[in-house]
Amino acid sequence: MFIPHTDADRAAMLRSIGKSKLEDLFGDVPKKYRFPVLDLPPAQTEMEISAELQEMSLANESVRDLVCFLGAGAYNHYVPAAVDAIIRRGEFLTAYTPYQPELSQGTLQAIFEYQSNVAALTGMEVCNASHYDGATAVAEAVNMAYANFRGKRDKVILSPALHPQYRQTIRTYTEGSPIILIGDDEHADLKTSPDSLIQLIDSDTAVVIVQYPDFFGRIYDYTKLADAAHAVGALLAVSVNPIALGLFKTPGSMNADIVTGEGQPLGIPLSFGGPYLGLFATRKEFVRKMAGRLTGETIDNRGQKAYVLTLTAREQHIRREKATSNICTNQGLMALASTVYMSLLGKNGLRQVAELCFHKAHYAAERIANLPGYSLWSPTTFFNEFVIHCPAPASEINDLLLDHDILGGYDLSQDYPDLVNHILIAVTEMNACEQIDRLVEVLAEVNHG
Amino acid sequence: MNFPENLKYTESNEWINVEGKVATIGISDFAQDQLSDIVFAEVIVSVGDIVKKGDTIATIESVKAAADVYSPVSGKVLSVNEQLAGAPEVINTDPYGAAWIITIDLSNPAEENALLNAAAYDKLVQAHE
Repeated sequence: MFIPHTDADRAAMLRSIGKSKLEDLFGDVPKKYRFPVLDLPPAQTEMEISAELQEMSLANESVRDLVCFLGAGAYNHYVPAAVDAIIRRGEFLTAYTPYQPELSQGTLQAIFEYQSNVAALTGMEVCNASHYDGATAVAEAVNMAYANFRGKRDKVILSPALHPQYRQTIRTYTEGSPIILIGDDEHADLKTSPDSLIQLIDSDTAVVIVQYPDFFGRIYDYTKLADAAHAVGALLAVSVNPIALGLFKTPGSMNADIVTGEGQPLGIPLSFGGPYLGLFATRKEFVRKMAGRLTGETIDNRGQKAYVLTLTAREQHIRREKATSNICTNQGLMALASTVYMSLLGKNGLRQVAELCFHKAHYAAERIANLPGYSLWSPTTFFNEFVIHCPAPASEINDLLLDHDILGGYDLSQDYPDLVNHILIAVTEMNACEQIDRLVEVLAEVNHG
Repeated sequence: MNFPENLKYTESNEWINVEGKVATIGISDFAQDQLSDIVFAEVIVSVGDIVKKGDTIATIESVKAAADVYSPVSGKVLSVNEQLAGAPEVINTDPYGAAWIITIDLSNPAEENALLNAAAYDKLVQAHE
């Protein structure tokens, strides 16, 4: 370890603050905690540590070892090799804000393409780059909506079918603020159409937040909800799974004002705790209320195409007291990964991925629902995820599936007390037909006891 | 630099025109010149709001800087210039006319006495330069 201060430096520093020895600096820490004896094994060499960690890592089981039917916000999609090859280039391997265009043309061009792709995908006019994940992006939508009305509207309506962890994140973000969150009481009716939220909208409402597909995988048209919100001057925010937008109509075409989403399905591998990617797009009229920065295309002094940061109206380095977010340096590398993914697939490729997910999920749902003791919870159109009512608690079913090297679905009773014995199953293009058949076989065993 | 005699000014570069109990507020020629090309203006109070002297009433952004506009007086907002958001550049071209920001029904007309007249404001501006 390199410590730049010499003993003489330290003595001089202590003298100038009137202390005689280093220990005096810790006088406020209770004595018994001051210099705890750490019961650590003897120091190991790098070679030994590397071997030990390697051994520990063998205890992990990832989606390479298991067949995965778990989704609930993060999905096991194929990541083309080119994504990794491009984002690992040294020129890209920093998330830092490219304030100097003369040094950052590649990064800025990638951000510009990211913005353009996400805007096209969501059907919105402008898009920032970016937020941490789907949960924080939707919380930023609450902040933006609240700031948009300058605090004069304090009500935010949350669909109970918005991801439970996203709702928790919104609660964390808004704790201590005057914002009132309603609509997602523990026993809210989960089976009624989202239009039932309309009765909650009033002139104090800043924003209504829904998910698309919703947490249970269902697809709803939110046009009526958007119209009802707009009728009293409120906004509609939609949290999306971007893959679904390859197949279904965009939130923009439903007149949503803000679209957020988890960008992980776009070429970012599953990992515990991220890094993931928060998508955030909105209408041009709100561009100055949006957190983060916008990259624009322009012409340089030699007449060449060039990219610059064109708008950072709400970024904290401009006017901290006016910022609506503390987002600054963020998920640039993940935004790049999603840009490469979207560029490789193109519009048709994304549609193909979405269609594969849709058809495989419907095949799985139909087969499972035909098993004795199992039934599909909702008749509503779904994308690649669906809820099954099971003959046993989801946790027991998942244990059994794990014995067969299958990572089961999401146990909904964790978040929805009324959904005991309900499991949320996700299917992607990664699930071969034989994998689905194996899932069905194991589930059939449960009922036989 | 143009500072009409019939207006009063503040140290934070707003102008105010008082007629009876009604005051019209904007930003001075000096303020618009310092900001340079104005690209965005947002009035952040609404008709009927009660504002106190010193409250922020608008935000103006130019290609160079962003600035808040403060109310020189207290009272109730009577009207807001709805045209500004769509044409913020009038703050550069016509700061004392088309670029008025709000009108206020004064609750304490005596506050006007503490403001600068054109000569005093001109002196202040000279000192800045």
